[in-house]
Amino acid sequence: MERIPILRMGRLLLVTIQVDMHDQLALALQDDLTNRIVRDRANGVLIDISALDVVDSFIGRMISNIAAMARVLDARTVVVGMRPAVAITLVELGLELPGVRTALNVERGMALLQSENE
Amino acid sequence: MVLSTGVVLSTGTITITEERVVPLRSSEDVVRLRQVVREQAVALKFSLVDQTKVVTAASELARNTVIYGKGGDAHVSLLLNGGKHGLRLRFVDQGPGIADVELAMKDGYTSGGGLGLGLGGAKRLSDDIKIVTGPAGTSISITKWKPF
Repeated sequence: MERIPILRMGRLLLVTIQVDMHDQLALALQDDLTNRIVRDRANGVLIDISALDVVDSFIGRMISNIAAMARVLDARTVVVGMRPAVAITLVELGLELPGVRTALNVERGMALLQSENE
Repeated sequence: MVLSTGVVLSTGTITITEERVVPLRSSEDVVRLRQVVREQAVALKFSLVDQTKVVTAASELARNTVIYGKGGDAHVSLLLNGGKHGLRLRFVDQGPGIADVELAMKDGYTSGGGLGLGLGGAKRLSDDIKIVTGPAGTSISITKWKPF
């Protein structure tokens, strides 16, 4: 089965979603990330969604779940690179991603995670 | 039960200039539908925000068709009303129907494992929504017009 790659950099895990995810793929990413947080003793997760032109309620829920599960496992999550049209649509859809921290780009997201884990 | 909201177009007649049918059986089909809807919205020169809204609405309703309707079809139609262009998406299934449409439209209500944003969200993201449902199946159509 296809999987979304997870890269490790120090104690951070990086995920760049570059495909239009179907629901099973989104669920697999959720499972893989929680397993990797524990295996790699990660304390931060950065998810880059700049390539996603749509975030619907399922993908939004997956992002919220990852952030919540990571928190329980003592890791912080930052979502970066949301496109403006996606942000407008998410709010209109009624999905405000509670508990999910965001940053404009990868650089700022990394800085946020590193400053918190110092 | 029929529920319809939105603007009733009193002037002119709506003609369908093109229609494509996309089968919806699995979550991969939902992805394929998103791509078809995106292509059509781009062809109609929808703004990027309107493209994103209509594709997101399509994704929500297509997932409902797969999960609750036990699979069905999406009819993607290009509309012309006077000089106005629009996109209509109709989701048809032979599933058990929606027991209480008004309740199903409410945010946060779900009979499955979802967030309960699908129907209400799709309504907010489009210009109008029409729901016809009964024990023999459900048909939900949404329309998005391109502003002049």
